Amino acid sequence: MIDYNKKVIKYFTHPKNVGEIKNADAIGEAGNFVCGDKLTIYLKINSKTKKITNAKFLSYGCVSNIATSSILTEMIKGKTIEEAKKISHKKITKELGGLPSQKIHCSILAIDAFKKAIENYSVKQ
Amino acid sequence: MRIYLDNSATTKVDLRVLKKMLPYFSEKYGNPSSIHFLGEESNNAIKQARNEIAKILNCLSEEIIFTSGATESNNLALRGAMKIIQDKNRHLIVSNIEHSCVLNTVKYLEKQGFQASYLPVNQNGIIGIENLKKIITEQTVLISIMYVNNEIGTIQPIEKIGKLIKKINQTRKNKILFHVDAVQALGYLSCDVKKLGVDFLSLSGHKFYGPKGIGILYRKKGIFLKPLMFGGEQEQKLRPGTHNVPGIIGLAEAMKIAEKDREKNVKKIFVLREQLKYGIFKKISKVEINGSIKERVAHNLNLSFKGVEGEALTLRLSLNGIAISTGSACSQKTLEPSHVLMALGKGEENAHSSVRFSLGKFNTKREIKYVLKILPKIVKDLRKISGF
Repeated sequence: MIDYNKKVIKYFTHPKNVGEIKNADAIGEAGNFVCGDKLTIYLKINSKTKKITNAKFLSYGCVSNIATSSILTEMIKGKTIEEAKKISHKKITKELGGLPSQKIHCSILAIDAFKKAIENYSVKQ
Repeated sequence: MRIYLDNSATTKVDLRVLKKMLPYFSEKYGNPSSIHFLGEESNNAIKQARNEIAKILNCLSEEIIFTSGATESNNLALRGAMKIIQDKNRHLIVSNIEHSCVLNTVKYLEKQGFQASYLPVNQNGIIGIENLKKIITEQTVLISIMYVNNEIGTIQPIEKIGKLIKKINQTRKNKILFHVDAVQALGYLSCDVKKLGVDFLSLSGHKFYGPKGIGILYRKKGIFLKPLMFGGEQEQKLRPGTHNVPGIIGLAEAMKIAEKDREKNVKKIFVLREQLKYGIFKKISKVEINGSIKERVAHNLNLSFKGVEGEALTLRLSLNGIAISTGSACSQKTLEPSHVLMALGKGEENAHSSVRFSLGKFNTKREIKYVLKILPKIVKDLRKISGF
């Protein structure tokens, strides 16, 4: 049995910000070669203020993958790119009230997808 | 509602079994090795249990060794048989879909210096007799093939393998021993050791509505084995330690019931499995069966739902009171996908999306109907999250 806390389960069963953003300003994809999970993050960014106005995700992944992606999109919404970049995988894990040790890599995957989206945005600019 | 569809992991103890066991905890608690009346009472009870088990397996009672379960039985058969052999050039063969307790034992034996070959299965999850023939060498001393796979439920042609080995042994000085892990077979298939032509056969009580912590190793008379542990005189010194009397009594009773009701249970469970299978295929698209559906025990259904990760599906079902299991890497501590599903050659994504439904004699049509109501919604929801 994998020991998930109630908050993780809540984010897993009722994830926020699921889906694609059509005409997204940035898209980031990350896959975990170890376990096979895949994750895509879509961002809408205000070109003047550099604020993330919308964030959504699609995840072909396990319980913690869905939960971490979901909470990350909530955490970055309304923040500027620079502010959002400061969010670490540890912060996501903390926000979720902790993850089982073998599931920490899911929070790293979420950060990876977000970073790739930002890189993708910078290249576009 | 609580629906248990994980009977390959373990089963609920049949209440008739429990009833039979209970007196051996606080009334008939004697140590069978003691010479007083309480010891005699326990000793007689084990003797009777052993006789009953031997009758079902079609063997002698002295050919039954009680262990703590199939992990120990498999270890004892493989390591115990190889301990006799000094020549490290000797070779053993196992299928590549064996349970980890066999595979890890073989890895250990390889570290000791022995040679090993892993016989592959085809995409249906079945070994090929011709392939087996090809990899048997002059040095081969032991072949271990599981009767029924625990994840995909496929049945290996044990009787044919038994006959092949018997034929080969007729012209050889160094006889090949044949071990079968039959843990998932009892209650569904005959485990007549003479008919199967095996030298060793492992069983575990809790897979057929008996208690946990008790198992059997059948060892054909005359075959040498060395113990893994040292202690008293129990089990011909091959498995020392005070007998687990309630466990032994429970195992014998569970086996008797499983064998008596075998045909009836198989019929009933098969109907339920088909109801589940047809319902799923009718209501959900892009579902794949893993392993042969024909050469499979009645209670197993291993499926991959495209675009749905196995752990996520298993947990969602669990939150809805339905217990199943998954071969997804995410659910393993090692984060490695199931070696059985990988052996079928369908790739990691298939394993990642795989789940196992294993039914049992206590399941009902109503339960399957409920699963068929809940499951499509969850799959749809998770596919929405994955963008499939």
